[in-house]
Formats: sequence, structure tokens, C-alpha cells
Amino acid sequence: MDPNNFVQIENLTFSRDERVIYDDISLTIPKGKVIAVMGPSGIGKTTLLRLIGGQIRPDSGKILFADKDIAQVNRRELYDVRKKMSMLFQSGALFTEMSVFDNVAFPIREHTKLPEPIIRSMVLMKLNSVGLRGAAQLMPNELSGGMARRAALARAIALDPELIMYDEPFVGQDPISMGVLLKLIRSLNDALGLTSIIVSHDLQEVMQIADYAYIMANKKVIGHGTPAQLHQDESPLVRQFMKGQADGPVPFHYPAKPFADELKDVFL
Amino acid sequence: MTSRKVEFWVGLFIVVGFLAFFTLAFEVANSGSVSSSDTYQLKAKFDNIGGLKVRSPIKVGGVVVGRVSSIDLDKVNYVPVVTLDIYTEYQNIPETSSLSILTAGLLGEQYLGLEPGFVIEGVGYLKDGDFLEDTKSALVLEELIGQFLFSQNDD
Amino acid sequence: MITQIGRTAISQVVTLGRAALMLFGAIFAAPNFAKSIPLVIRQIYVVGVQSLAIIIVSGLFIGMVLALQGYTILIDYGAENSLGPMVALSLLRELGPVVTALLFAGRAGSALTAEIGLMKATEQITSMEMMAVDPLRRIVAPRFWAGFYSMPLLAFMFSAVGIYGGHLVGVEWLGVDEGSFWSVMQANVDLSADIMNGFIKSVVFAIVVTWIAIFRGYDCIPTSEGISKATTQTVVHSSLAVLGLDFLLTVLMFGE
Repeated sequence: MDPNNFVQIENLTFSRDERVIYDDISLTIPKGKVIAVMGPSGIGKTTLLRLIGGQIRPDSGKILFADKDIAQVNRRELYDVRKKMSMLFQSGALFTEMSVFDNVAFPIREHTKLPEPIIRSMVLMKLNSVGLRGAAQLMPNELSGGMARRAALARAIALDPELIMYDEPFVGQDPISMGVLLKLIRSLNDALGLTSIIVSHDLQEVMQIADYAYIMANKKVIGHGTPAQLHQDESPLVRQFMKGQADGPVPFHYPAKPFADELKDVFL
Repeated sequence: MTSRKVEFWVGLFIVVGFLAFFTLAFEVANSGSVSSSDTYQLKAKFDNIGGLKVRSPIKVGGVVVGRVSSIDLDKVNYVPVVTLDIYTEYQNIPETSSLSILTAGLLGEQYLGLEPGFVIEGVGYLKDGDFLEDTKSALVLEELIGQFLFSQNDD
Repeated sequence: MITQIGRTAISQVVTLGRAALMLFGAIFAAPNFAKSIPLVIRQIYVVGVQSLAIIIVSGLFIGMVLALQGYTILIDYGAENSLGPMVALSLLRELGPVVTALLFAGRAGSALTAEIGLMKATEQITSMEMMAVDPLRRIVAPRFWAGFYSMPLLAFMFSAVGIYGGHLVGVEWLGVDEGSFWSVMQANVDLSADIMNGFIKSVVFAIVVTWIAIFRGYDCIPTSEGISKATTQTVVHSSLAVLGLDFLLTVLMFGE
């Protein structure tokens, strides 16, 4: 494994219920960068994060993380590996039964035996970095969507992970929250020396902060490069995605038999 | 994380739960002393035990002095043999005592009525494993009716 | 048709296997007492203490109804002195464990399913897993133990309150002799045969109902429809399981 790479995926094949999601893909996540994984909805971008997190196992191929193949490790090793990564879920996934403070303190309390005053200062520090120190005692249902995601981000960095995976962080956000999140992702990445993977289809926003991007469609990686390179890319698939055209190599229609045949069935 | 209020209620809940158990055990069953006390065994043969069951009470003048521990059939004579667990506090049951199968109320449960016999010279007390000789079988309703009709015909 | 039966049977067995694995994982998850005891206490509060009101009110009314119904039947045979044991035995052997389990399934079981299902739907369980915290240990195990400890206690309370209700109606209202009400009851109720068998029943029901409730939540399809279906299944399956097991246990305990 190349030491510059943080996560390395080799020849990964994954299928669910006989439907192939990934067909022999390879990609690398360099250390300390913000990597975007983009593609149309419904092609299983989130699945990629779940594969890296070891929640599901691939049919074949390797997922190398910290010199371990996540596809092969046992449960105990997997839990050890997961302490080095964290994931920000689409909905935030804050624990609804605890306050924001306890949510952020949760991973610290679970994995360390630190005394309460130290935990308190750690939590307030993390909350401060996402601008929610004042909201520490609120319950998750009192937060707006954007605030909930920021609180979840504070929880995700509570134990200073080396890798953060963002699952569709911008869905359903107003422009201000989106700007705040974009700024946070970039600045946290640089300040804490993290590696970030963002799965998203909000093209323009992600391109502002990503160092490198992969575009996926049709079970494959169809293009990758820096944002500038991708804008210049001539392959029809990448162009369709970058320009947001309705029809093209990624078809507008869900696979179906010819419309004329179906009409015949209806009328004859 | 666990607030004092929660701890208080859970504590109260557990205390009340155990209180309910002890109330049931000592007020309702009132057998804390009875079922743990030692027993000795007596046996008795009957012609017919009717609806007598294992654990049916044995009473002397209405006071429970023991329970039926098992009911077997004598393989030689084919008569039922009932084994009785008598509480050790009731020693000294004379050999002349009689045992009858009685019914509580018209349709009630059947129990064993023990009628202590007289103690005279030469009569000992029953010991563990002894047989009670004087037994009266259960009254079986069908037999009673049969006898009644039979005696009617005689007149 | 035959294929259909086979497919259903296989999927049932697979489900049962998953449920068993979940329970096994929860019970034998590496325990950390300092951390898990507060969690269990918290859950006893939710499933036990908050079920108290419904248990006590139902117990009181069922005891009163038993006494009233029993009295009208027993008085015909002049056997109203047997009202005490009738009420006590019905409650201790059957109604205490069974009705408590049914109410528990409706009150606490459905809430457990919905809560865990919702945690799953909002990705709380996945996110916990991603934090390297085992949700079986953190979420499932405390709830299971809370149900396990709470239900027998609730059943005792139910029986005690029910007998008191029977006393209210039988003695205070209908005028059965107080002395004979209690003494005949005491003569006929046995600690090991009646109270302990009732206790064993309620322990079995506690395991089954809590298990079903937690598994249905843990295994549900994480959508609002899936959760509502799982909640219904919890109540239906655990009620059926309780009634079926009750028959089986009664045969084993009291059948000859």
C-alpha cells in the first residue's frame, strides 16, 4: 500500500440481491485531502462509505485502511479500526434521548475513562469549533436541521479521528447552513489534519472544497481528477454529469421495454 | 446521566415489587412455616379414593395436619395406597385412629379427615412408615344413588 | 404451493435464527458493570415504573370482577367461603402472570419496538456501530434486562392488588366473612406450587415478550410503515406466544 494513500480500494465488486452495485472498481484516497465521490442518485454512493466502514462486506476485492483489509478483519479488529474513522450521517443521527452535550460526550465516555471535568472541556471545545457551545444543553429535537448536522459533526470529531466520511451532508440545507458546513468541512480537515470523503451530488458546492473527485455511474468510476480537470473532461458521461443534462449516456428512462410495446399491451 | 428522580422511582418500584411478593408469600399463602416444616410419612389403603389428589389436605377437626404426598396402586391386591405427609409437630397419632375421604361442601375438593382414636393401655402411636388400618373410602355419588334405588326396591 | 410453504418455513427459521443471535449477542456482550447498571436502571424506569399505573388499576379491577363473578356462582352452592382461594389462585396461577404479560406487551413492548425501530430509521444504531460501540450491548442488552427484572415484580404487584380488590368486593361489599376469606385462602394457597409457579411463568413471559419486542424493533424495515408493522407484530406475536406458552406451562405445572 502506497504510504501517501489513506484508503485504497482495489478491484471491488459488490452486489445486493443479485443487483450489481459496483463492478470491479478501484480508487485511492490520499492522506490529508478532501475527496469527493459524486454521481447520480441511486448508484450506491452511500454503500461505498458503508463498505469502508465495514458495515457490509464486498463480494470480492480489497479495502485497505491503516494496513488492514477491512473486507477480511474480524469483529474486534474492525471495532479497533473504526475508532480511527467516523461518519457523519445524512440525518445527523444524534441520539434523541440525550442532550447535545451528552451526544458529543458519548464516544469519549464509551472509549475512555477520562474524568468528567476533562470530558467536559473536550466536549465544549468540539462544540465551540462548530459554533454550538451555547446549544450544549438543548435536546436534538430542538435543533434545526443544519444545527443538528453541525452537532453531529462535533460528535464525529470528538475522538479526533483520522478519517471522516460525510454522507450527503448538504441535502435539504438552506444556502447559509450549506455555506457554514462547507467552511467547517474544509477548515476541520486542514486544522486537524484529517482525511475527508464527501459523498454528494451537490456538484457546484462540493467542487468548491474538494481537492480531488471521483465520478461514479453505471457501476464504475467514470472519471476522476481535480475539479479543474473534470470541468475539462471530454468523455460524454462526465460531461453529462458536470453539465447536468437530462439525457445522455446515463439514461433518463429507467430500463423498460419499448414504449410502443407497452401501449400495444394496454390497447390490444 | 441517570437522574435522582429516576433512581428514586426505580428503587421504590423494586421495593414495592418485593413487598408484594412477601405479602403474597406470608399473608396469602401463609405457608412459610408449613411447607418448609419437616414431615413424617404414614400410609393407608383404601377401597376407593374417589377424587383424592396428591397435595390434598389432611385435616383433624378442620385443622390441616399434613398433605397427601403420593397415590399408588398396590400391585398385589389392586387397592390404592395413599402416602401421607404429616407435619412432625403432630406426633402421637394413636394406632386406633381412622381416616376417611370427605368432601368440602357439596361439590368441593376432597380431603382426608383424620379421626384420632382413643389411647388405652397397649395401644401405641403411629411411627414413620406405619399403615393406618381403619379407613373409610370415598363416597361415590353413583354408588350412593344405586344403593338408594336398591333399598327403595326392597320396600 | 409446496414451494410457497417451504419458502415461508425457511424464512421463519432464518428469522428465528437472527433473533436468537441477537439475544445471544445481547446477553453475552462483554459486560461493563459500571457503565451498564445505570443504563439498566434507566430502562427499568421506562418499562417498569411507567407501566405501574396500568398494572395496578387493571389488577384492582380484575380482582374485583373475579370476586363479584365468583360470588354469584359460589353462593348457589353455599360455597362462598371458597371465594378467597378462588380469587387468589386465579390471580396467582393465571391472571397475574398472563394479564401482566399482555399489558406489558401492549404498554412497554410496543414502545420498545417503536423506539428501537426509530433509532434504526434515523441511523442512530448505524452511527453507534460506526463509533465502535456495540449496539447490542448499549441498546439491546439494558432493555432486555430491564424487561426481565420488571415483569415478575409487576406480576406480583398485580396479584397482590387483585387480591386486595377481591377483598374489597367480597368482604367489604358482599359480606363474605373476613376471617374465612383469608383463612381458607391461606389453607389453599401454597408457596411453592402456586406463588413460585406463577413466578416462573412470569419470568418466562418476561423473556419472551421483551425478546420479541426488541427483536421486532431491531429487525424492522427502517421506514415509518415498517415501524408501525413491527409494533403491531410485537403486540400480536407476544400475546400469542404468552397465551400458547401459558397453556404449555400450565400443563407442565398443574396437569397430572
